[in-house]
Amino acid sequence: MMDPKAAYVAAQWAHDRPLISCRFDPTGQYVFCGSEDAVIERFRISDGVKTILAGGHSTWVNTFAFPDAGNFVVSGGCDGKLTWWEVAAENPAPIRSIQAHGTQWVRSLAVSPDGKLLASSGNDLMVRLWNGSDGSLIREFPGHQKHVYSVTFDPTGKFLLSGDLGGVIRQCEVETGTEVRKFDAAPLYSYNGGQQVDFGGVRALAVSPDGKKLAAGGLHKASNPLGAVHEPLVLIFNWENQTLEKSLIAEGITQGVIWNLRWLSDGSVMGVTGGGNGGFLLFWKPDMEKDYHRFQLPNLARDMDLHSDGIQVATAHHDKHVRITRLEAKPA
Amino acid sequence: MKLNYPCRTAEHGVARRQFLRGVAAGAAAIAGGYGLCNPAAFGETLRSQQKRIVVFNMHGGLSQLESWDPKPGVDTGGPFLAIPTSVPGIHISELLPLTAQQMHHLCLLRGVNTSEDDHGKGAYLMMTGRRQTPAGEFPQLGAVAAKTLSPEDSGLPGHIVITPGGGGGRGNDSAWLGPKFSSVQLGNGNPPPNTVRPENLSEQSDAARQDFRRRVTERFLNRRRTAVTEAFAYSYEQADKLMRQRDVFDVTKEPASETERYGQHDLGRHCLLARRLLENGISFVQVSHSNYDTHNENFNFHIEQMGEFDRAFSTFVADLANRGMLDSTLIVVLSEFGRTPNVNLYYGRDHWSRAWSVCTAGCRMPRGAVFGATNERGTEVVEGQVDHGNLFHTYLQSVGVDSTGNFNIDGREMPIADPSSKPIEGLLT
Repeated sequence: MMDPKAAYVAAQWAHDRPLISCRFDPTGQYVFCGSEDAVIERFRISDGVKTILAGGHSTWVNTFAFPDAGNFVVSGGCDGKLTWWEVAAENPAPIRSIQAHGTQWVRSLAVSPDGKLLASSGNDLMVRLWNGSDGSLIREFPGHQKHVYSVTFDPTGKFLLSGDLGGVIRQCEVETGTEVRKFDAAPLYSYNGGQQVDFGGVRALAVSPDGKKLAAGGLHKASNPLGAVHEPLVLIFNWENQTLEKSLIAEGITQGVIWNLRWLSDGSVMGVTGGGNGGFLLFWKPDMEKDYHRFQLPNLARDMDLHSDGIQVATAHHDKHVRITRLEAKPA
Repeated sequence: MKLNYPCRTAEHGVARRQFLRGVAAGAAAIAGGYGLCNPAAFGETLRSQQKRIVVFNMHGGLSQLESWDPKPGVDTGGPFLAIPTSVPGIHISELLPLTAQQMHHLCLLRGVNTSEDDHGKGAYLMMTGRRQTPAGEFPQLGAVAAKTLSPEDSGLPGHIVITPGGGGGRGNDSAWLGPKFSSVQLGNGNPPPNTVRPENLSEQSDAARQDFRRRVTERFLNRRRTAVTEAFAYSYEQADKLMRQRDVFDVTKEPASETERYGQHDLGRHCLLARRLLENGISFVQVSHSNYDTHNENFNFHIEQMGEFDRAFSTFVADLANRGMLDSTLIVVLSEFGRTPNVNLYYGRDHWSRAWSVCTAGCRMPRGAVFGATNERGTEVVEGQVDHGNLFHTYLQSVGVDSTGNFNIDGREMPIADPSSKPIEGLLT
């Protein structure tokens, strides 16, 4: 039974560089990680066996998605590439690479609910839609004015949501590419005139499984962006009328930013943050401002994913480890 | 390390004997007050060459790894790749694609070690060539340039600092060279404040007013001439000349197409203004770009900042080259220090002065060159190590100033640059 208050770290596996990203494959056999190098680490959940996926990128890998019923994993990197790999091959090799966003970073990937479409977003201000099986370009979604940090589909698969550095979330029709409307996530963005920098942005997006709420994560109170003085923030929007229903905060987590969000089976929202006082899994009821529980991880976290079983949580850490936390009571 | 470049001619240099002759002539020509500072010390020959210096101050500490000395693939390298430049074999960060096409004009100094990780102290030593000491202040490069390079009859200030914001005013950066050589600060690139004659004051009335002031001042100076009274009188005269040439400081007089070329942002406008000032004979211009003190999310911030810098800087370099000004203009891109090779918890880089880079161009700096090197991870200098003192000497030597000479201040010999240091050997052409 899922119980965040009873969470515990069940396993941890190491790489030789700090980790920056992690995703479970849909079958739940593996967790794929990106790191401060040009390779991908695949860890088998059952025993932690590590396989290195090399040759697909020339620099860091930011994100993963699993199109085509989860047979492939697609990695997106700071080299602007999307690279397809076979998920379960003994020694996966690149199947194809495409220069999806020029030489600009790929920031985020998402797969449509039917598994056929792959969406990517990047620093070239673009969102693009690809055939998940063969990598052919289906459609482009121009319109963002700043780097596009996050992308996701709504549960019906009809809409694509993308969030940028400027706190703008665009909702576009998948079928036509037409922008339907925008959500105003401005609280996640700030411009610091003294330092002359843009900061924040929509770092994470997640639509609730019932399609009634949109969660957008990032940071606020950025009084010193260059010095990492800010706190995590999640905005909960009403899907129907776009109103901002709640701002979810986490007091006392200095230097924190929400790197990813997931909706849990009980309707609560889970976020991952890394800050001056370490890494945390944060748990909110979407109608309550403050987190009802926070689970301290052994090290600062940079990404998170929820296993298809709804219990296991993977987190990527600066101390070179990926950790599997179980949201349930430890067996006696 | 020794560089081999073809143009190793003597015409760029100022011989010590020639320099000393200039000192003597200048001392004889000037009497009292600022004359004691001897602005003619370097002779009209040097001034007639119209040498100039422009400094790009990358405020906060530009990362050498995300600019001039990339280390892709190693644990300290970060996510950015290195790209080829217009000079075969020289690579710089992919964040500078336009600048890479101007590499044949540039000289990268990759072996800088200043051993000072404090912002204030680092900035001081990079701008004065000396460490701060309780014994006294030293003039900044701009003040030295204004004194040594500005034409004596120039109606414009020789030392301009374009600040990212603020309202402008005068700097306090000339130390014992006196306030005459302190910077005029152009807040956010705007013309100096209060330089437009009030509408209710006619030109005739203003002229009469100025004439009366001059006569009273002259009478006073005949009896009580000091450095302070000289500065007082000079400031009025300079302000008067400046008001008549106010358009020089007004970048809006440039065509809109030029603004577009430099980029529609403050730095673009400031770089265009810098070009305008240099073309009008101002000896020293400093442009600041803020902010590079990226302890947090170094890579995101460098994408943003370097994007602005790349376009504005590359356009500036190309323009100076196309207008034949690179032979007479020294370009320096500096910070108070570099940033740590180590990537911290927050994707940031911290202060690092042990192995970083300065970019230069023009005058006697070699073209399309790299001097010095760091190790594979960028943690130490392994070749061609230089410090702030070497750099300060080299900048001045590059524009024809004998940096081993002295200023004569109230009868005292004051070294132009740190006498315990020296120019970089084997670098200048």
